[in-house]
Amino acid sequence: MSDTIEVDGKQFAVDEEGYLANLNDWVPGVANVMAAQDNLELTDEHWDIINFLREYYEEYQIAPAVRVLTKAVGKKLGKDKGNSKYLYSLFPYGPAKQACRFAGLPKPTGCV
Amino acid sequence: MSEVVKKFMYLNRKAPYGTIYAWEALEVVLIGAAFDQDVSVMFLDDGVFQLTKGQDTKAIGMKNFSPTFRTLGDYEVKKIYVDRASLEARGLTEDDLVEIAWEDFETEEEIENIVEVVDSARVSELMNESDAIFSF
Repeated sequence: MSDTIEVDGKQFAVDEEGYLANLNDWVPGVANVMAAQDNLELTDEHWDIINFLREYYEEYQIAPAVRVLTKAVGKKLGKDKGNSKYLYSLFPYGPAKQACRFAGLPKPTGCV
Repeated sequence: MSEVVKKFMYLNRKAPYGTIYAWEALEVVLIGAAFDQDVSVMFLDDGVFQLTKGQDTKAIGMKNFSPTFRTLGDYEVKKIYVDRASLEARGLTEDDLVEIAWEDFETEEEIENIVEVVDSARVSELMNESDAIFSF
């Protein structure tokens, strides 16, 4: 594993688990490159969650645990999206872990 | 998941910055929330400064984690207590503290602010009622 990823010709530092080292470095391209590494193509539905996570972090300064994410998404984006089945269908490696990584956030508090 | 629900109290007695205790305590509360216990958080002594509004940590180069307290409601923490005597001894009042909302997304039951200022007798009572107290 390299400890940088390349986005639009620029190198971005990541930690040993692939999370962006510096939150402020994030650009949308980071999410696209990380998704491609996981063999995913990002749709508007993915972006809803990624943007939601970035807003959540901005407001509360933490990445939410998965069940908090599920509840909060349900409240913001509607009950049909606030369930783990829907979120896992978008982010098969775990909605909190994988989506937070794409969003440039640290690994959620409480995730091992 | 165990059926036995215990009363956990997290006791915060230290100022938010200068030591790692306050941030570590908050992380333990957030992680512990996954275990479905009956959780309360108590702020005593200099710990009451953790909940004050308008914190600015730029000059000390530390992350301002005070906004994170407002997620406690999302993490199923329903009871947050502040010792009145500790507030008064530091020239603070309830108005200096952040408000933390709680909402049950299923029933849509809402509590506007779960932060409760209590007197010393109530502090003792709450501690006695707890099955486990984690002191930071």
